[in-house]
Amino acid sequence: MLRYVLRRLLYALPIAFGVSLVCFTLVHLAPGDPIDSIIPEGASEEAIAQIKADYGADQPLPMQYLKWLGRVVTGDLGQSIKSGRPVTQEIAPAIVNSVILASAGIALALIAGCGLGTIAGYARRRAVDSVITGIAITGISIPHYWLGMVLVVVFSVGLNWLPASGMGSPADLSHLILPAIALSAIPTGIIARSVRAAVIEVRKQEFVQTLYAKGLSDVAVFRHVARNVAPTVLAVMGLQFAQMLGGSILVETVFSWPGTGFLMNAAIFSRDLPVLQGTILMLAMLFVVMNLMVDILQMLFDPRVKRH
Amino acid sequence: MSTAVATAPAPTASGFRRPSTGFWQTVGRRLSRDPVTLACAAILLLIVLAALFAPWLGLDDPYKQSMVRRLKPFGYQGHWLGTDELGRDMLSRLVYGGRSSLFTGFVPVVLATLIGGLLGIVAGYLGGRWNMVIMRCIDVFYAFPSVLLAVAISGVLGAGQFNSIVSLTLVFVPAVARIAESVTTRVRNEDFVDAARATGASTTSVLFHHVLSNVLGPILVYASSLISVSIVIASGLSFLGLGVTPPNADWGLMLNTLRQSIYVAPVTAILPGIMIFITSMCFSLMSDGLRSAMDVKA
Repeated sequence: MLRYVLRRLLYALPIAFGVSLVCFTLVHLAPGDPIDSIIPEGASEEAIAQIKADYGADQPLPMQYLKWLGRVVTGDLGQSIKSGRPVTQEIAPAIVNSVILASAGIALALIAGCGLGTIAGYARRRAVDSVITGIAITGISIPHYWLGMVLVVVFSVGLNWLPASGMGSPADLSHLILPAIALSAIPTGIIARSVRAAVIEVRKQEFVQTLYAKGLSDVAVFRHVARNVAPTVLAVMGLQFAQMLGGSILVETVFSWPGTGFLMNAAIFSRDLPVLQGTILMLAMLFVVMNLMVDILQMLFDPRVKRH
Repeated sequence: MSTAVATAPAPTASGFRRPSTGFWQTVGRRLSRDPVTLACAAILLLIVLAALFAPWLGLDDPYKQSMVRRLKPFGYQGHWLGTDELGRDMLSRLVYGGRSSLFTGFVPVVLATLIGGLLGIVAGYLGGRWNMVIMRCIDVFYAFPSVLLAVAISGVLGAGQFNSIVSLTLVFVPAVARIAESVTTRVRNEDFVDAARATGASTTSVLFHHVLSNVLGPILVYASSLISVSIVIASGLSFLGLGVTPPNADWGLMLNTLRQSIYVAPVTAILPGIMIFITSMCFSLMSDGLRSAMDVKA
């Protein structure tokens, strides 16, 4: 058990290292020197050299990377070019807002996906199954940012029931509903599909027949089925939650939700590279950690899952 | 995980009329009997042909602006689907938009299949240290959420169709490579590969004749499922202003510019999304049809 966790951790470390390397390199792929955005217009040659020396930009790239990594590990992501504030201060509230949105989205997706998937798994090859499979494929293929716009057109412009953008006060959940629905489309489809497949797979197993033969009711047998489907759901849910955190930029842009996506969008268009780099790094690291946690939790849930 | 080995086709209900059809013939026959796949293929063919032959369809100039007829409703003065925020004909822009959106969605999948497939097959076939090196590098890129990686690369490189294609290709390469690697590793360890080697077949012969022919199916099925995702993300990049640049007609970009007019002309504003949705949906369903026709499990 502990050995598995340790081995999984050891495997995640080089990945995390690689991710940091990619994030660092990414900024240096940008057209023009990243330092250019800090240098004031019409600065003299000496001033430019001085600024470069101050920021360590005159050193070779591997050296710059190590210094950057050293600062990152101690929690310093640099300063925003636009606001001058530390990047961590800019990112922290955005991550909280993104997590709120993604949590609401995954909750919706979990309820809808598990419900639909279970029904389809029990009604295999009947009309209900086809309809649910259709809904699942729709959820996966629909451009969710467009779904967001349609929701705005119907519920904000048309019916005037819900606000179209912004976040409102923390206690005001009305702003959360539409973006959460838009964000839940893809995971709903994916969870529904996986649950359907898992339910079919579990119900084929002999222990289910034994339970029925013992005279247990459908409801009692379902509890056993559900327990066996749970690890699959957990794994899919964890992955989808992590994907939503990183991929919510489109929905956040539609609804002006002040999360990480919104922050990245602003950083891209104002060429605020430190903020962009910091956000990408934090989200990717969150993704690595989420994957790690899903793997470990899955093993706790289902000891049969033994990875090499 | 199932094996995707080209086994002899099971005798069909019609009896033993075709005792020895090949794998691809069986797949073709199954596809031709699948109404959903056929319907999707027909719709996609229509969209693709319209996009290809757009200049010869007698449509309005998709770039001709007019200040007096901005955001007009359906059927206004011969504009069947109305006009956009700069008075350009919507129908014409939707048809022309298909050129850009289909291209930006399709090309990355082709490139990623070639690059990722090659990497995965090489890693799977060579095994050992090479597999380690290649797959660990792939894992690093796989450790990014896909939309985040696409946005990050496009955001850093700047807007433009070429940059979109580059970033989407980089997003899909790891996914394809992972599938290719796992299938190749499995096929490589099958007895028939050992048998071929034991009978003195050369490495190239084993690779092309025995491994590649069994690996291509699952890779292609997986790649086909990426087209729908790719079109949605490519349009998403344009929607963010990171993809195709104005004044080009592109479904994602049209959604972006029309979003400002959502209160004035809500129906017009969501039209381009319907095109993205239909295209992505059809590709998804076709990929599902292909998957079951080829009997490849997810």
